[in-house]
Amino acid sequence: MHDINASRAANAFAPLTASALLVNPVGLHARPSVKLTQRAKGFAAKIELALAADGPWTDAKSPVKVMRMKAPQGATVYFRVKGPDGEAALAAMLALVHDGFGEV
Amino acid sequence: MSNSSTGNVGIVIVSHSSKIAEGAADMVRQMVGNVVPLAWTGGDVDGGLGTNVAGIIEAIETAWSPAGVAILVDLGGAETNSEMAVEMMPEDRRARIVVCNAPVVEGAVIAATESSGGSSLAAVKRSAEEFYA
Repeated sequence: MHDINASRAANAFAPLTASALLVNPVGLHARPSVKLTQRAKGFAAKIELALAADGPWTDAKSPVKVMRMKAPQGATVYFRVKGPDGEAALAAMLALVHDGFGEV
Repeated sequence: MSNSSTGNVGIVIVSHSSKIAEGAADMVRQMVGNVVPLAWTGGDVDGGLGTNVAGIIEAIETAWSPAGVAILVDLGGAETNSEMAVEMMPEDRRARIVVCNAPVVEGAVIAATESSGGSSLAAVKRSAEEFYA
């Protein structure tokens, strides 16, 4: 019941999308993946990422799934965010990628 | 051994080798940070390769959190000794301790990542076990 309400609430928000270039040398490997998922978990919004504008989409709050993407340096990461704090979540995701996860 | 007191699920690393256990704990600390209670144990009572129940109990107590404790183990004996250690814990704590079916190093990092976001014990276990899914 709770989950149904939550997904209804999420559906009330239009999805926000944006993309960013992976600049850190190791790409989206273990350490950046952990940082990204930790950051994503701080938001109520549903946050997904992909290596192409049309997906397939990966749950940004799942560290295992994010690591499995094996996104290399130079890849473009697409984000799709939906929820009440979607704008802040998207900004936080883009900032992390732009800053090279603090590794550059 | 290291600890930090938060409401986050605690993580215990049990390996036959104290070096592996300590190294895995180092990775968790560096990648995930200090917001997750964490403890490790490895080796038998004589300092050789193996695991011991007393060491595991101590590690569970060190990493104890009201949210529970997730244990990551390597091979056979680590798992059976961990289960024995859980059996020897006070009854009210037993239901809040789980042994994860996940690789010890990767599982520890992922379990700690999940825990650092305030996830439940069940979610922490599920996330660590995604490696074998």
